[in-house]
Amino acid sequence: MTISNSIPITDALIASHGLKPDEYQRILDLIGREPTFTELGIFSAMWNEHCSYKSSKKWLKTLPTTGPRVLQGPGENAGVVDIGDGQAVVFKMESHNHPSYIEPYQGAATGVGGILRDVFTMGARPIAAMNALRFGAPDHPKTKHLVAGVVAGVGGYGNSFGVPTVGGEVEFDPSYNGNCLVNAFAAGLADTDKIFLSQAKGVGLPVVYLGAKTGRDGVGGATMASAEFDDDIEEKRPTVQVGDPFTEKCLLEACLELMKTGAVIAIQDMGAAGLTCSAVEMGAKGDLGIELDLDTVPVREERMSAYEMMLSESQERMLMVLSPDKEAEAEAIFRKWGLDFAIVGKTTNDLRFRVLHQGEEVANLPIKELGDEAPEYDRPWVETAKSALPDFSDRRAIDPADALLKLIGSPNLSSRRWVWEQYDTLIQGNSLQRPGGDAGVVRVEGHDKKALAFSSDVTPRYVEADPFEGGKQAVAECWRNLCATGALPLAATDNLNFGNPERPEIMGQLVGAIKGIGEACRALDFPIVSGNVSLYNETNGKAIMPTPTIGGVGLIDDWSKMARIAFANEGDAILLVCASPQWGTHLAQSTYMRDLHERRDGPPPTVDLDHERRAGGFVRDAIHDGRVTACHDVSDGGIAVAIAEMAIASGIGAAISLPTPGDSTPVLFGEDQGRYLLTVPRADKQLLREIVDEGAARGLVVAWIGETGGRELQLPGTRAISVEELKARHESWFPEFMD
Amino acid sequence: MKSAVILLPGLNRDRDMIAALTKIGGKPPVTVWQTDTEIPDVDLIVIPGGFSYGDYLRCGAIAARMPVMRAVAEKAAKGVAVMGVCNGFQIVVEAGLLPGALMRNASLKFVCREVKLEVANADTRFTSRYEKGQVIRSPVAHHDGNYFADAETLARLEGEGRIVFRYAEGTNPNGSLNDIAGIVNDKGNVLGMMPHPENLIEDAHGGLDGRAIFEAALGRAA
Repeated sequence: MTISNSIPITDALIASHGLKPDEYQRILDLIGREPTFTELGIFSAMWNEHCSYKSSKKWLKTLPTTGPRVLQGPGENAGVVDIGDGQAVVFKMESHNHPSYIEPYQGAATGVGGILRDVFTMGARPIAAMNALRFGAPDHPKTKHLVAGVVAGVGGYGNSFGVPTVGGEVEFDPSYNGNCLVNAFAAGLADTDKIFLSQAKGVGLPVVYLGAKTGRDGVGGATMASAEFDDDIEEKRPTVQVGDPFTEKCLLEACLELMKTGAVIAIQDMGAAGLTCSAVEMGAKGDLGIELDLDTVPVREERMSAYEMMLSESQERMLMVLSPDKEAEAEAIFRKWGLDFAIVGKTTNDLRFRVLHQGEEVANLPIKELGDEAPEYDRPWVETAKSALPDFSDRRAIDPADALLKLIGSPNLSSRRWVWEQYDTLIQGNSLQRPGGDAGVVRVEGHDKKALAFSSDVTPRYVEADPFEGGKQAVAECWRNLCATGALPLAATDNLNFGNPERPEIMGQLVGAIKGIGEACRALDFPIVSGNVSLYNETNGKAIMPTPTIGGVGLIDDWSKMARIAFANEGDAILLVCASPQWGTHLAQSTYMRDLHERRDGPPPTVDLDHERRAGGFVRDAIHDGRVTACHDVSDGGIAVAIAEMAIASGIGAAISLPTPGDSTPVLFGEDQGRYLLTVPRADKQLLREIVDEGAARGLVVAWIGETGGRELQLPGTRAISVEELKARHESWFPEFMD
Repeated sequence: MKSAVILLPGLNRDRDMIAALTKIGGKPPVTVWQTDTEIPDVDLIVIPGGFSYGDYLRCGAIAARMPVMRAVAEKAAKGVAVMGVCNGFQIVVEAGLLPGALMRNASLKFVCREVKLEVANADTRFTSRYEKGQVIRSPVAHHDGNYFADAETLARLEGEGRIVFRYAEGTNPNGSLNDIAGIVNDKGNVLGMMPHPENLIEDAHGGLDGRAIFEAALGRAA
């Protein structure tokens, strides 16, 4: 079937393209005539939420995006941060939520493919990946199917492509029953003087199409991703693309080989809205027009219309502006890798985006306005109401050992081994810390000592209860996880997953979270260098918990000194770095209250950014000086869960005391922020005194809370639990749930 | 001490293998592209892991029919040491240099973890630096490592001592028959193994257990 370019433009057609009447009027005002069918498709692709950030732009602009090490902030395919020695780390996180819910394997696979392409488009070889996944309640009928499909899809693509997956998150909550989240992160290494950008330069130069052929898959995908779901969601399956990691791996090698020849002037991968978005971006950024001749586009299906070709989201494709004298050399490289290579257009000086198909001009639009004049909304928002600290004094008493066993084997705190053993975590031979610790760590190839640390974090229930504090906390926890390995946090990427921004209470969550993220990033010198916004994560009017995922990157000078979470020795002193002499106080919004008392009320713990900064610096220095034998940040489940994780990772037990007699629950299970656990050799009394004094000098409480040793974990006021039992509980939930 | 690494589109542990051969052998191996019909004079040819041709059709099936594999077979016939690791194992099996087949893992899932290997035969040019019965650590990372052969072939492999590595201590990750992790051909110069010794050769990897394979294969040739 061929779709004609002369389909009449009706109100229904406009609405089905996700364009509001006032947005259509804007198009009419801009071009002074009715758009053709293909032009309508192009506008819908460029002006949807996914590509234009029309609801979030006003607020995203408030985020700190610069810093002494930042070479490229948001606006390109990925952020670029200087790591010294003439090298840079190139990274970004991006969501593939809607496609993954409709078709989990391919949705997740192409999410991984898309983010890898973003990274190598800039000239970087991918060296690490992470995936932040969120699913509905474990007992929801779709959850197992989605977990199985998404994990297999992430692995299927990343493993074949050949990038180690070094970290990520997996969380379950009923708010994701109708919208799972798949946030894919990738990082690559490049030379700072060989970063490739999308800005076209020079008039009359060839625009070259590279990679896989264009098919009908994914037509309208970006528009789909900007709408809510309803019960007819199954009908959207054809909008999901199909991934081919083999072609992507060939595309990586061909692109890097081609970049070495100096032939590439500009390069842009074809992601959302494919040919349309990539061509418009290259032209608009370079103040140039682009003319495309669709008859030269390599296709894998017959009789494709201009509309379909312009909106196809077929994967593993790139668009480049090439230096004309290197055309033959470039073509030979792509042929060697078995990839398509076609000159499909040229740059022009008229600032028009012209598309020709079978002798007809099917589109002729002002290129700058397509991107720049996209609607930008200042959507109404209401601040999320703050809640008072609840009185939990009437809760039933639970023995701390029982509580710990339950939490450590619960859906959200149990081991994710079932997931990450399906990912290749070792490929490239540089993985120094695999998933299961505070951060994934990868050695920088070619350096004896240098390594990069990666972590992805957010606590959606905190964000829901208080978007501002929750936004701060997401940044602080990511920053803390990097510090806990000894890494200096460099910069972050944000992946903001929210519901329908046209509802003021959802917009309020988005605004609050962005304000919190901005405040924390400024206070911690942790700029946001890339990111992605995913809105309309709603089904039948029910939104997900607000989930602004933060992916952070840190630099380790000497990996031989880096810290791990596993206890290293028996007879080490366990120190708690915190702000309060009570060690732990805050139970509201804790995993303990949620999972053991079914209480989801109250405010989240607050983040004192000044304390956070001092505590992180103190911990990093202690690790760097070689004084620390193990380190773990304290997060979900509080001190008890953190200690248990350190014990499980090592097989070594521990005994913990209380600061004062009384109720141990807030101490053991409270989720106060800004805390770390360190171990140091107990025998070295002087070292211990020095560390405590040094902490005090920096305004920190450094408390001796217990010792490592034996094969049991002894919490105060309860029975000892064998580490073996803890481990069995920790490891069993996921396989029992899935297999 | 000269070695060569075969390159095919979709392989992705080629860089790991080149790094291991370089670090242990002292100089980088030569690389040979899939369409090359000749392999330079070397003492060891390695086909690394990955997903050649995307594992489409059947793991290793398309790669086994590329021109370079004829050259590998000729070298193997002349007694040159050939080592196929992971996808490389699948490729040499598909090329007919080793018997049997590598089926989908019994779990039907990709698996990446550390396993234990028993050195079942220390009298090969790849394992001579281990002791027979020694148990070593090694990572695995594969989707199709479930070794299968008919009863007669299996009996012959067992009888001729051609099973060189077995998964030990209950760590068989894929359901392979007789816990087979690696085998050699009847002349003992072609080794195929699913585990990745190249990912456990330096302190940064957390162990050195994989080094001895390369030391033996390269050292003997020196």
